[in-house]
Amino acid sequence: MTGPSRTSEVLEITTTAGVVQARQQVRVLAQQCRLSLVDQTKLITAASELARNTLVHGGGGTMTALLVEERARRGVRLSFADHGPGIADVDLALTDGWTSGTGMGLGLSGSKRLVDDFVLDTTPGEGTTVTITKWGR
Amino acid sequence: MTERVPILRIRQVLLVSIQTDLDDQDVLLLQDDLAQAVVDSGAHGVVIDITAVEIVDSFVGRMLATIASLSRLLDAQTVLVGMRPAVAITLVELGLSLGGVRTALTLDKGLRMLEDDRVERGSEGTAPDAVAHA
Amino acid sequence: MADKHVSERLIALLSGRGEDLGAEWAEKVTGSLGGRVARAEVERELREIYAALVAALSDGSVDGYDEAFGEVRALLTELSRNRALQGFTPTETAVSVFALKQVLEPSLVGEDSDADAYLRFAALLDTLGLFTIEVYSRTREELIAAQAEQLLELSTPVVKLWEGVIGVPLVGTLDSARTMVVMEKMLQALIDTGSEQAIIDITGVPTVDTEVAQHLLKTVVAARLMGAECTISGIRPQIAQTIVALGIDFGDIVTKSTLADALRHALRRSGTTVSRTAPQAGAR
Repeated sequence: MTGPSRTSEVLEITTTAGVVQARQQVRVLAQQCRLSLVDQTKLITAASELARNTLVHGGGGTMTALLVEERARRGVRLSFADHGPGIADVDLALTDGWTSGTGMGLGLSGSKRLVDDFVLDTTPGEGTTVTITKWGR
Repeated sequence: MTERVPILRIRQVLLVSIQTDLDDQDVLLLQDDLAQAVVDSGAHGVVIDITAVEIVDSFVGRMLATIASLSRLLDAQTVLVGMRPAVAITLVELGLSLGGVRTALTLDKGLRMLEDDRVERGSEGTAPDAVAHA
Repeated sequence: MADKHVSERLIALLSGRGEDLGAEWAEKVTGSLGGRVARAEVERELREIYAALVAALSDGSVDGYDEAFGEVRALLTELSRNRALQGFTPTETAVSVFALKQVLEPSLVGEDSDADAYLRFAALLDTLGLFTIEVYSRTREELIAAQAEQLLELSTPVVKLWEGVIGVPLVGTLDSARTMVVMEKMLQALIDTGSEQAIIDITGVPTVDTEVAQHLLKTVVAARLMGAECTISGIRPQIAQTIVALGIDFGDIVTKSTLADALRHALRRSGTTVSRTAPQAGAR
């Protein structure tokens, strides 16, 4: 009973409208998963930050969203992938207030605080994948 | 799918009520429109109603803080009204406290806050106001 | 097939004494429950299980987790759940299964003794007995979780202290989960009551750790974002020491030593003045 249980949906994020679509898709999943209102809001906000990162810093990419089930708990897992420049200094990028340009520098560090699991996988020159999971209580 | 958020003027206050999920371009557009509207109208206050808003991320948060700073430079007060509990909790967790942005529970309380301000400022006795009241 | 053979002999063993055996079984179970479940009720439960057991055995299986025993397990699940909810012990629950073993024992004595079949049957009953205990403990866990949730709801009241002022009296140990529930409940109450002032009273809280203190701070900041102000009252000396020792900065958050002081402060901020009328009785 571990791992993905439903078919995943892949969304292209290539415009600012894609960021809005990502938020809407995540909202539907979060409601299906019966997350509390606060947890829904946290997850959608984190998705919004990461989708924007994918667009702005990664030059566009995809969001893969799915419901997961593990040890009798359910959750929503989102994976944001791009083939952008990657992140040279991960620790620095996860520091509050650090920004590569636009924004308030809360995108990565802030969204990490909003979810339960946060995995950042990046290779300079090849791209970045951020996978987050929010579990139902 | 760019849509402009309407900016209403009620006497000396500009009212913006965000009702839809705005994309980043709409947000920037609103920021520009609002700054222009403050200058054009000479309004003394701006009320931004986010009762219907389900998500405030750092981008929208930055827009709100920017509008507050901008209007202060243009001699207008900004009040943010109607933030939902879930949104407030999320913003705090995200690390945004929107320092410098004034807030009120409801539109009504926000408008009253601006009125009280004006009365206070008026009582300090600026010449044109004094004449107008007389 | 050995299993087939064994189950046939078991059916013979079980149906050989038929009604007799059933009555004895019910007798043993009722006795061990100390009359807290009516004899007729026990008989009905056991008769169903007995019938399902024989039916499963005629399918040629002696493995309790086999598909053939689906009906038996369903009946045992129901029985275990009921016992667990009615407050019986695990022993009193599992006895329904294990008693059948004791009842069968006398059949081993005498000419038609069938030790092999009995041993296989004993193993089957052990499996089913363990199954009932598993269901029992799962039910109890669910019960405890539900009670913990109810307790959480009960222990975090939000009360209206005055027009525009709500209070959250916290009593007992605060953990991260409970503090979060309080936080959400209080913020919602601000909207529901249209209150711009909230007082979090922690007089009844023995200790505060870093995480809880952080949650309280976040609550205050969240309330401000919504347009309301919080006052924290009743900070005990030990808690004040902890907060200072942990280096937690309460910043410009107003703290008062008593709930009364906090209420006076909240009222002043909301523009309400409270004055004492002249002591008429004394000034005659």
